Amino acid sequence: MNKQTLNSYKNGPDERGHFGIFGGRYVAETLMPLILELEEAYKTAKKDKSFQDELDYLHKHYSGRPSPLYFAERLTQHLGGAKIYFKRDELNHTGSHKINNCLGQILLARRMGKKRIIAETGAGQHGVASATVAARFGFPCKVYMGATDVERQSPNVFRMKLLGADIESVTAGAGTLKDAMNEALRDWVTNVHDTYYLIGTAAGPHPYPELVRDFQSIIGNETRYQMMEAEGRLPDMLVAAVGGGSNAIGLFHPFLDDKDIQMVGVEAGGHGLKGDQHCASLTAGRPGVLHGNRTYLLQDDDGQILEGHSISAGLDYPGIGPEHSWLKDTGRVEYVPILDTEALEAFQLLCRLEGIIPALEPSHALAEVVKRAPKMKKEQIIVMNLCGRGDKDVFTVGKALGFDLQR
Amino acid sequence: MKPSRIETRFAELKEIGRPALVTFIMAGDPDMETSLEILKSLPEAGADVIEVGMPFSDPMADGPAIQLAGQRALAGGQTLAKTLKIVSQFRKTDKKTPVILMGYYNPIYIYGVEKFLKKAKSSGVDGLIIVDLPPEEDEELCIPALEVGINFIRLTTPTTDDKRLETVLNNTSGFVYYVSITGITGSASSKPKEVAAAVSRIKAKTDLPVAVGFGVKTPAQATAIGKGADGVVVGSVIVNVVKDSLTKKGTATRKTIPAVKKLVKELAAGVAKAGK
Repeated sequence: MNKQTLNSYKNGPDERGHFGIFGGRYVAETLMPLILELEEAYKTAKKDKSFQDELDYLHKHYSGRPSPLYFAERLTQHLGGAKIYFKRDELNHTGSHKINNCLGQILLARRMGKKRIIAETGAGQHGVASATVAARFGFPCKVYMGATDVERQSPNVFRMKLLGADIESVTAGAGTLKDAMNEALRDWVTNVHDTYYLIGTAAGPHPYPELVRDFQSIIGNETRYQMMEAEGRLPDMLVAAVGGGSNAIGLFHPFLDDKDIQMVGVEAGGHGLKGDQHCASLTAGRPGVLHGNRTYLLQDDDGQILEGHSISAGLDYPGIGPEHSWLKDTGRVEYVPILDTEALEAFQLLCRLEGIIPALEPSHALAEVVKRAPKMKKEQIIVMNLCGRGDKDVFTVGKALGFDLQR
Repeated sequence: MKPSRIETRFAELKEIGRPALVTFIMAGDPDMETSLEILKSLPEAGADVIEVGMPFSDPMADGPAIQLAGQRALAGGQTLAKTLKIVSQFRKTDKKTPVILMGYYNPIYIYGVEKFLKKAKSSGVDGLIIVDLPPEEDEELCIPALEVGINFIRLTTPTTDDKRLETVLNNTSGFVYYVSITGITGSASSKPKEVAAAVSRIKAKTDLPVAVGFGVKTPAQATAIGKGADGVVVGSVIVNVVKDSLTKKGTATRKTIPAVKKLVKELAAGVAKAGK
């Protein structure tokens, strides 16, 4: 076995998809041949220059990469500590980092000769990105979305419909991301012969956590050279929100072996960690097996998975990508919760100080930056991944602030 | 080693010349006592092998019928510990009917694999079907289960090609469960001819009995599928009969147990017709 050596945090996963004890391939037998097929296809694609060239072209001309690394001058002044930079992945086509992964996977699906795309979505950002690439490459696309999320993310539902996707509202459970993922897996197990499952986060059975991470690592790779251009040195701290964890792993992974760089993943603390009204799986959960991988999960003493809560539909997931679980246990990355109320304040702060309406997901990361930056020295540098824009969230925020936008 | 209850049962039926009726019920549906009574009633009604579902919050391979059964059980307070208790209660009166626990890995992982296997063995559990543990994860539970003498029954599917079939059969024991469709439990029915061909393909590679499930709904289908297999698994229609017998609040009624018995008798008659 290819053991992860202590001198690098970047060797995972091993050939069976494990990051330490996390990861793996816990799926029904029906899906096993498909996962093995995907693993092979991805291995070949990685070595194929034309695959990377086409992806690069799409990133540049379709999505608008590289996304800017922006010095948030007024926020920095306001907080009075470390210099704050935003990696502006909210400026990508479709409004979030999700497109990075979708472009990579749609090229894989086409290589594999698949005829139909399915996806799960929470906030709808991955659903929109999936619907977008499906439209661009001429695939029919079905998006599974929890009924609760359909309600609170209606702008994204309409966007997906405009893009030609078929939306399946999932009423099982609490009607959030976990339930959507169950239903997508049921679709996949039924339509194995022609369907590609475009998973939106760095979770699920191997090889998904690896390939999603690789496709999202463009965030960190760009940040590295952009930071060198802007400051002539690397940052002191990286901060990103974690739901499933794809934007965070994309930013963190290229820097994992830069030992002086501190990394903070920000989980949804919901209404607080007492009780079950949160989604802080790393802080308050424990290892278990769900959706094809072993990872930290919110669960009860009988191993039943809890629903959790977050104001942000994109963080409302009781699990987390397996590599984050490993990074937590090794101590390389610190994970902290941020409350709904703190995220809402950060959201408004950014609107007023920088003229940027962030999504609620990176608003969680921002709230952590607000706590940390003032305690740091002025010459220190924080890079935060501004992974999505907030247009989709104005209804939710309006409601939380007592400003009724509905109808 | 002494043959397991599963092996003995399939050998007996082979002697008689008919396939086994394998019935699925959900532990704790709608409550622990009722499901124990249902379990006790099954052998007399004609069930040869019994699968007892361990409810899980996220049953990814199950259709609506079994999802709802699991939800009813969890709402009624069912836990893995209680499921093991049901089996040990059943064993007090029935020493012969094989009992297989079926479900997902996480509740077992949280309970503790070693503790679970010890308890399962002493409760009289004969086999395990764990949907989300493919051969790639055999070290987790399959190997330890075989070590304590509990059969690990693997699912093979239409996507399992010849090469993979060998991997799948490798640590399988008791019988092979052929999932006759690509899909979730309780979906569209499978074509008996295709199923029989698939069963022959599996039997060319193993001496184990092959039972067929997913999508068997009526006694007539049980007959048709049974003709080409060593066992027929029926699940969704049984849990649906439980559901239909409940009050609006989801509690058991006087109709619950008789309704299940009646259906299982009909299915057993269907399976009997598949005999020589």
